[in-house]
Amino acid sequence: MYVNNIQQEGEFNSQLEVTAGTHLKRNNNSNLSESLKKNLFDGWKNTLLTVLTGIFSLIVIYQVITFVVTNNWDVIYDNLRLLMIGQYPIEEIWRLWIALDLVSLLIGLTWGLWKGAGKAVAATFGSVFFVFAVIPWTTLNTSLNLTASIALIAVGYFAGDRLDGLKIPTLILWALYIPLALGLITGFGGLLEPVLSREWGGWLLTVIIASISIIGCFPLGVLLALGRRSELPVIRYFCIGYIELVRGIPLIMVLFIGQLLIPLFLGGETGIDNVSRAIIAYTFFAAAYLAENVRGGLQSIPAGQYEAAQALGLNKFKLTFFIILPQALKAVIPALVGQFITILKDTSLVAIIGLADFLGTARRISNNPEYLGRYMELYIFVAAFYFIFCYLMAHVSRHLERSLSKGNQ
Amino acid sequence: MELQKKKSTPLWRNKKMIPIILQILFVIIIGSLLWILVHNTRIGLDRIGIRFGFDFLDLRAGFNINESLIEYSTSDPYARALLVGLLSTLRVSFFGIILSTIIGVLVGIAKMSSNWLLSKVASIYIEVFRNTPLLLQIFILNFAVFLSLPTIQEAIGVGPFYLSNRGAVIPWFNTHDLTWMWSLLLLVYVIGSFLVFKWLMKKEIEEGRDTHPFSAAFGVFVLLNIVTFFVFGQGPVNMLVPKFTGDTIVGGLALTTPFLSILLALTFFTSTYIAEIVRGGIQAVPKGQTEATQALGFRPANAMRLVIFPQAVRIIIPPMTSQYLNLIKNSSLALAVGYQEIVGVGNTVMNQSGRTLEVILVIIGVYLFFNLTISLIMNYFNKKFQLIER
Repeated sequence: MYVNNIQQEGEFNSQLEVTAGTHLKRNNNSNLSESLKKNLFDGWKNTLLTVLTGIFSLIVIYQVITFVVTNNWDVIYDNLRLLMIGQYPIEEIWRLWIALDLVSLLIGLTWGLWKGAGKAVAATFGSVFFVFAVIPWTTLNTSLNLTASIALIAVGYFAGDRLDGLKIPTLILWALYIPLALGLITGFGGLLEPVLSREWGGWLLTVIIASISIIGCFPLGVLLALGRRSELPVIRYFCIGYIELVRGIPLIMVLFIGQLLIPLFLGGETGIDNVSRAIIAYTFFAAAYLAENVRGGLQSIPAGQYEAAQALGLNKFKLTFFIILPQALKAVIPALVGQFITILKDTSLVAIIGLADFLGTARRISNNPEYLGRYMELYIFVAAFYFIFCYLMAHVSRHLERSLSKGNQ
Repeated sequence: MELQKKKSTPLWRNKKMIPIILQILFVIIIGSLLWILVHNTRIGLDRIGIRFGFDFLDLRAGFNINESLIEYSTSDPYARALLVGLLSTLRVSFFGIILSTIIGVLVGIAKMSSNWLLSKVASIYIEVFRNTPLLLQIFILNFAVFLSLPTIQEAIGVGPFYLSNRGAVIPWFNTHDLTWMWSLLLLVYVIGSFLVFKWLMKKEIEEGRDTHPFSAAFGVFVLLNIVTFFVFGQGPVNMLVPKFTGDTIVGGLALTTPFLSILLALTFFTSTYIAEIVRGGIQAVPKGQTEATQALGFRPANAMRLVIFPQAVRIIIPPMTSQYLNLIKNSSLALAVGYQEIVGVGNTVMNQSGRTLEVILVIIGVYLFFNLTISLIMNYFNKKFQLIER
């Protein structure tokens, strides 16, 4: 993906410069009509272009608005719970609410403590919660829980804004969040009523697969990247071989390998459920791509850093993990976020191997004769969800990119 | 004394020995892991009663494939079915690469436009299609757009194009007796007008006055073609324009719904990445280059063609290569809507013959071959453009 640009080192900076986007160029002493004229109606060619684009965008906007307003959205609200959490047992749903409350609090704290991109994240989550809380067809229970989450974002913000000492606890909580949430969802291995993976579904399953794969592929990818630059030929060629092989085949093949061959590799036993097999496949797939991104970062570290560390008498391990890696990872944070967006989008492929993730659930509902031909509503809903969260991640990534490049000036 | 010196560097701190020991350890670990996998696989295969081997490829396939570029029937062997799938992959990838490059370049340039509205529309296009999953786009196009169109009896006609829930029918051509003659002449004309262009360009540089080399060359090309058309009395190919007869459409080329869905989705999705690559590449050319062309009195189009673009291409080619490879790999999602390319056919073969491992190996081999070929071609272009550099 566009992340590959980073491997050409020189370009990295030029990529940073172009992110600002176009704005109406407005001078302080010129008014709006002048700037409009300058940007839109400058010569007949430009005017023609503006008029054509304007007509086109008006038609599209009109179509979208008519579709949203005049459409019957009952297929969504009849199946909202299925789309969001799948077959998750309704008497255990409080666990999901706790997980959501916790993440809301953390988002609020992060926003209050570090400001910056936290604002966009908090605003997006808050708005999504708000929309679902006020639409009339959610139950009172859901509305109350969502309101509590919004309140927790606010509480977190004010707490974080006032108390600077919360930085370390917040970071620790973030690190513990995924295992904690997973424990809650599965039932802490028997402590609570266990909920099996076949009962997960919808957006919940998508988020679970994406987050475990992201966390799992990270150490593996870093190790592969280090291995690819190793001085030991055997390790280097093994890593090159692995990375190039995995990057050469489509994801759906990797998923097939996960679903069909993992049982074979284990001697024909199906000991692992298909959600875990999908997660394993994603992890190994994403690690190869992540390794390439990290390698881009490793290549951007000047040789002086290695020499200085050696002069200080650091051994190989300390040199790699305390000097080189932190700098390399910092340099490729935007690329890594891009990779994570790709993973989130790619989790939709499990619909092909028969799991009921967000898209898979939508597909199953559309096959229900009761909702014959209601594809557009379902898929637009799914698309909107993916769009909001992918766009949010991209926005955070751009923000990080800007604030990180500020440090280098 | 010497003996002591040798002893003073123990094995675990010997600079020459450590790497070797580490590598041997690595080989042992990976080797034993692989051995366990192979061993388990053998046991697993034994349990299902399958012997590893590729001889099953000669067996009769017995399933139907809707779209095929070569002749195929249910009595053909598995190998031929896989070949059909391979050609389908190539077909959708080929058109996908062409279309997404055209749209991507246009959108990339539109995003750089000084026209605020156009630039914003291009950004929205990029954000929307980039931030939604490709599979979802394929589903939307296939189920919500094309399958929701009216039946073929009530096909929607847009000029010579017809749209129905079976897909689209577009004008196409077929060859006739004089086609090869025409193609030969076309080649001659292209070379001829290129020579005219070169000659006029040289004159323009030498004499310093505008000789309109491009318009002149283009005019010569068009004129020669018109003359040939009247001499032969027919064009290079026969146009097949689809005709609506009331309950079916005859003539033209019918594109099926799955093919159109996968082609358009791949085009939209990949074009957003290409647009950003093109924009990044052009903006990476230093601003001084543009200013220098203005100072030298270049027209903007010439400045783009002769100065900016050749420099941008060098930056654009490597990421573009990986986009093309991604497109080929992403075409495998077609199996979700029933366009049978290599993975789709492979999936059917797997289910029918039970030869999971072998089929997966075949498909991996095919994709690695694609990768290698495209990388070689693009490396060639890359080298060619790199030579421009000092």
